[in-house]
Amino acid sequence: MNEYDAVDGDKQDGKPVEKIWWLDRSENVTKLYRALWAIGLALIGLDLIVHRHAETAFDGWFGFYGIYGFVSCFSLVLAAKGLRRIVMRPEDHYER
Amino acid sequence: MSVEFPTALMLIAGAAVIPLLWGWARKAWSLLLPLLALWHLLVLPTGSFGEFELLGHTLVLMRVDRLSLMFGYVFVIAAALNAIYAMHQDDTVQLVAGPVYAGSALGAVFAGDLLTLFVFWELTAVSSVLLIWARRSDRAYGSGNRYVILHLLSGMLLLAGTLIYIAGGGSLAFDHFTLNQPGTLLILAAFGVKSAFPFFHTWVPDSYPEATVTGTVMLSAFTTKLGIYALARGFAGTEVLIVIGTMMAAFPIFYAVIANDLRRVLGYSVINQLGFMVVGVGIGTELALNGTVAHAFADILFKTLLFMSMGAVLLRTGTVKGSELGGLYKSMPWTTGFCIVGAASISAFPLFSGFVTKSMIMSSAALEGHTIVWLVLLFASAGVFHHAGIKIPYFAFFAHDSGIRCKEAPMNMLIAMAIAAALCIGIGSFPNVFYSLLPYPVDYEPYTAEHVLSQLQLLVFSALAFAVLIRTGIYPPELRSTNLDFDWFYRRLGAGVANSAIDSAARAGAAFSGAVERVLRAGVQRIYRHHGPEGVLARTWPTGSMVLWVAILLASYLVMYYF
Repeated sequence: MNEYDAVDGDKQDGKPVEKIWWLDRSENVTKLYRALWAIGLALIGLDLIVHRHAETAFDGWFGFYGIYGFVSCFSLVLAAKGLRRIVMRPEDHYER
Repeated sequence: MSVEFPTALMLIAGAAVIPLLWGWARKAWSLLLPLLALWHLLVLPTGSFGEFELLGHTLVLMRVDRLSLMFGYVFVIAAALNAIYAMHQDDTVQLVAGPVYAGSALGAVFAGDLLTLFVFWELTAVSSVLLIWARRSDRAYGSGNRYVILHLLSGMLLLAGTLIYIAGGGSLAFDHFTLNQPGTLLILAAFGVKSAFPFFHTWVPDSYPEATVTGTVMLSAFTTKLGIYALARGFAGTEVLIVIGTMMAAFPIFYAVIANDLRRVLGYSVINQLGFMVVGVGIGTELALNGTVAHAFADILFKTLLFMSMGAVLLRTGTVKGSELGGLYKSMPWTTGFCIVGAASISAFPLFSGFVTKSMIMSSAALEGHTIVWLVLLFASAGVFHHAGIKIPYFAFFAHDSGIRCKEAPMNMLIAMAIAAALCIGIGSFPNVFYSLLPYPVDYEPYTAEHVLSQLQLLVFSALAFAVLIRTGIYPPELRSTNLDFDWFYRRLGAGVANSAIDSAARAGAAFSGAVERVLRAGVQRIYRHHGPEGVLARTWPTGSMVLWVAILLASYLVMYYF
């Protein structure tokens, strides 16, 4: 029996075999990842069509929100990783 | 029957009956109380009533206007959701504390004077701490102590500020203040503790992970939003709030990324969302204040929903630590779905509530020319999607499969989450009904092509950043850890200073009493040497030697007499 075909309630060697979910397969996660990039790039492309009434000096720039979101989150995580070096302590720090 | 009585009393008096009930009657009564309160708010006339004189000042128990009503509505909705969510449990302490807490929050929102506000302000503190202590663990006990000390301090600041304000010629009425009036800084600080201003914020990430499953859901709804209401009522247009709010929106997201306990992550995200509201109060235009009230309303619902989903995970698996969880979507599909609705709402996805509320604050910041504030808020918007929108569902329900297999949440929890989720989608999808309830007339259209596009770009690329970081392994793993925050200063440094002061005092005391003891001992020894059992003066002298001495004495007399 192919492991990918297993469903809840099937038994192998007398033990129940757990269902393999769609997300359990890494190639499906990769598909999602690529789909997300495709959606993102399509949204940036729409900037060429949708006319903006800029409220600030920046938000009329092409692709501003996408780039700002990406850079924000990337630097947020790197900064938070750095913060860990300063503030991280063992879980029972205050109980010692 | 006149309806002109305080809504708060319904809930508080009603809660007193709960210990006398049992079984289904108790559950039904717990749910009936907030529904009665909701009915009461719907039939209330606007205006002020419940007024009486005290020592020459007028107390106003109920001031009903569009601002207090909006907070009133959402408080009773949150109380009703909590009653449903808590139906599976039968802990009398929590069942009584819940309605008292909700009732006192309502009492504070409708208070028309500072003294009534103070009374309910304190009552929220002492009733809500029971929801933390009800966890009945050592950590919860300590955390509850820190929580209640800070909140009682807030009450003291409010009382002191009020007294100074009155002494300076102010009236007891709770209306708009300016910072150059005497005492108003103390009142602002009191509101700041409840609204989790920077350095006062530590009680949020400290207590929310330690309270009970149902207690944290209640805590997240009332206290902080009461602070926002008080700020909106008292300090609208106070510019310093723009700076404070911007800081609040930005700094907690760094902590949220590295916190492991997912209820602590949500605690930091509470502060982040409060930051948007505080900025809105600081800007103080009609659009900004509408945005603040709308966002507070929406925030209570989606935060309740997120805390409910994490509570369900805690109930079923015994933990909400990111490092222990993963793959729960297989066991708890409904909870996963509701959590994602909450996550989409807080992240302001189009058709979800945050999209139509937060954008009013953002727009008002841009319109008033606060460009840097606007950029920071945009960063915070991307950040909140990152830590609350993605991290919470991802590490709890997806990520690597932790192997935990558990039951789906109890039916009552699922019903409460379903109602909250429906409200989040309802507000986001039909904003005009919601907008019509706001304090000021709304001239704002959230669903323009450019706004939807901008927001989707921001969110999709934030998600892409997360995906890239996870796939490249740069994303910091969830680790069992404690991250030091400002509370270190009183939990460690302050406690350390206090402890070492106590130690040195104890040592000085020991040295002093040692010295005293040595002096006394030396004195006693001297007395002992002469008067003790072996002492010269305590010896038993034979009668013969006495006679001898008397003879010598008489003899010397004789000798002296002759000379």
